[in-house]
Amino acid sequence: MDNLQLILNAMVREAVSPQTAAVAIAVIGLNIHFGFTGLLNMGQAGFMLLGAYGMGITVWQGLPFALGILFGFGAALVFALVLGVPTLKLRGDYLAIVTISAAEIIRYVGRSSLLTDFTGSAQGIPGSQYTGPFRDLSFFPSGSLTLLPFNYHDVADGAVWVRLLGWAITIGAVAALVYLLRSGDRFSGVARNGLVVLLTVFTVLLVLFLFPLNYQWTGVSGWWVRFVAWSLVAVCCFVVYLLVRSPWGRLLRGIREDEDAIRSLGKNVFAIKMQALIIGGLFGALGGMVYVLASSVQPDSMGRSLTFFCYTALLLGGAATIFGPVLGTIMFYVGRVFIQQGAQVYVPDSIMNTQEAAWFSYIVVGIALMLLVIFRPQGVLGDKRELRFDV
Amino acid sequence: MGRTTAGLVLALLLAPFLVLMTSGSGSASAVTVLCLPKADETACIASTMGSRAEPIAGVDVILTAPDGSEQTVTTGDDGKWSFEVTETGDYTVSADPKTLPDGFELENETVDVKVDKLGGSFGAILQLRSEDYSAETSKTDEIIQSTVNGLRLGLLLALASVGLSLIYGTTGLSNFAHAEQVTLGGMMGYLFVNQWGLNLWVGGLLVVLFCAFTGWGQDRVLWQPLRRRGLGLTQMMIVTIGLSLALQYTYQYLVGARTVRVVQDNPEVSTFGPVTITHQSIVAMAISVVVLAAVGYALLRTRVGRATRAVSDNPALAAASGIDTDKVIRLVWTVAMGLAGLSGLLYALVVNGIKWDSGLQILLLLFAAVTLGGLGTAFGALVGALIIGLVVELSPVFGMPGDFKYATALLILILLLLVRPQGLLGKPQRVG
Repeated sequence: MDNLQLILNAMVREAVSPQTAAVAIAVIGLNIHFGFTGLLNMGQAGFMLLGAYGMGITVWQGLPFALGILFGFGAALVFALVLGVPTLKLRGDYLAIVTISAAEIIRYVGRSSLLTDFTGSAQGIPGSQYTGPFRDLSFFPSGSLTLLPFNYHDVADGAVWVRLLGWAITIGAVAALVYLLRSGDRFSGVARNGLVVLLTVFTVLLVLFLFPLNYQWTGVSGWWVRFVAWSLVAVCCFVVYLLVRSPWGRLLRGIREDEDAIRSLGKNVFAIKMQALIIGGLFGALGGMVYVLASSVQPDSMGRSLTFFCYTALLLGGAATIFGPVLGTIMFYVGRVFIQQGAQVYVPDSIMNTQEAAWFSYIVVGIALMLLVIFRPQGVLGDKRELRFDV
Repeated sequence: MGRTTAGLVLALLLAPFLVLMTSGSGSASAVTVLCLPKADETACIASTMGSRAEPIAGVDVILTAPDGSEQTVTTGDDGKWSFEVTETGDYTVSADPKTLPDGFELENETVDVKVDKLGGSFGAILQLRSEDYSAETSKTDEIIQSTVNGLRLGLLLALASVGLSLIYGTTGLSNFAHAEQVTLGGMMGYLFVNQWGLNLWVGGLLVVLFCAFTGWGQDRVLWQPLRRRGLGLTQMMIVTIGLSLALQYTYQYLVGARTVRVVQDNPEVSTFGPVTITHQSIVAMAISVVVLAAVGYALLRTRVGRATRAVSDNPALAAASGIDTDKVIRLVWTVAMGLAGLSGLLYALVVNGIKWDSGLQILLLLFAAVTLGGLGTAFGALVGALIIGLVVELSPVFGMPGDFKYATALLILILLLLVRPQGLLGKPQRVG
């Protein structure tokens, strides 16, 4: 029981961590590329790295924080233009190969010892150099906070049955939420949306009741950065919701399904693809900025693997859906922690030590990605009919 | 004597605690704790004389502080030396030439170290070279040496990328897991030759056969069923990414993050005029040329080679004219994986070591080679690989910083796509 509580605690901490939120934002961007437009962008980590460098370097050199954000977005914009011009007129594989190469070039340049004064080379830029202005923005009080103050300890002294019951209800609530989100056509309108919001709030409160979290209000990795990160996730979801409902959003799906049909309607397919690439890339840059707010700018933390994890998260949650990226990212990170911690706690060290447990969890990630694409390409929330396209 | 022993015991007792206090940064130096930085109080300047494999003991290393004062330490049996400093500033490190081993001199007389904050460790590498080495190697000699290195890399890349290109041509799939097959070749070489002690030639043959068999098996259990299910190419490509991730971490799980060698002893070196090259490299290049020629001959002159090219050109038409496309694709997977394995084995021999991510590092070069030559054309891949190999090795000679030599190759790829998207040997209509 204690071991289980330990594992579940680690999972919940991972679920609310700012890194998870940051990757969720990047995956929302990737969803615009891959899910809605069918662009095979294999360099989302490059966009993230550019956003992070843009912000980190600017603030490190003593310029204002707002300018840093602007530079981060600017770098991603230029990157998208440079990548899009040669490849968006070609078949999809070219975009994949060029984006993955270009993202690696960014990483090599960031790692290079020639630019140590700007990028900190392979060591990167420590968070203390640029997160100050961001923390100064905080309107939270000082000290620390436990969410929720009223938790399972207060009910029957945190007895086992309280927690088991709570976990069971949580699983039920999540299942109901997924069912509601999947039942798009049959069951819609204000009632459904209201119910989704209510259930989400209920689930979050229940999880916090079962796993009270204690962080500082503003510290290096406190509630402030979590609050900002998850608020941004919500804003991004809303923006994507508005975008894909617009006529422009319908064009994106049209390009994904049949590029020539859209072209025959007199639309400029190249321009629309370019717009999609840029907008998704800006989300990636934003994700990169959030990613480094609670840690440091490390070129190697945003390499190819991160892009691949983004794809896994996207496919897990469901491509071409609004909430799929967020759900997928949380499931991806929580699931990985579950495997890693589970292997560490329940498998004796002689068979699998801590390091090997981490590697093992990534082996499972790889196999899960394969099985997912083969057996359930629509993920948890997606629609299979939307994912038959071929770039 | 007694004092030294007591000090040693004390150091050994304290070492774990000190290592714990520096949280993660110092686990490697747990045995000889020479200097550990304390936050905001001290910093360390430390390094090793020689390499980890061949440390040089008994060298007097001299540290000159910003105020001109000097300190000296002598390197231990492990070649390690370190200084503790309490102030930030510009330090210089040098070594007493009299204490260097005979026939060696310092490449640079002094090395500058900038200690910009306390609480950290700073490295300063004093590079040794033999005294008769002349720094005045002419530019031409340098270019010739780099060209040979470039051809060597290009041939190894070609072995792997011909297979990658054939798979792309016959199935339309960009196989991201190809790099892991390259790593597999090296890893199997380590297992067969180093661990089981087989003869290198026998072991090498087994490696190629084993890798070819994995290709056959992969197509049998994975790719053919997926083709039958009608899974889209994009989706299949993501499957290869998953496979690549799973294999990478499997290698790490089984071998760890260290570099392993196929053969234990250091390679012998020959010198031909300006070119210095290991014997293994010569043999590797010869094998590559022979194998590539054989593949080329098979593609052009044999019945099955013609069938392969036909499938590559137009699978539907090939199937209609009575070619068993599934059989051809199976053969292509088998041969491609065998070639990738051979490439990995030779790569491990040439650079004398293989790591879990060795293949991953050259994956983008492979893609660059295949795209440069024209996606799906076997001979294009050959040309592309040679160009990429030469670019990677020659760009540092022409002033490109060494950090960017891989980046140069990728940059050339992107630039070429701007002007000739179908690649050097590709046909324009292949681009959609």
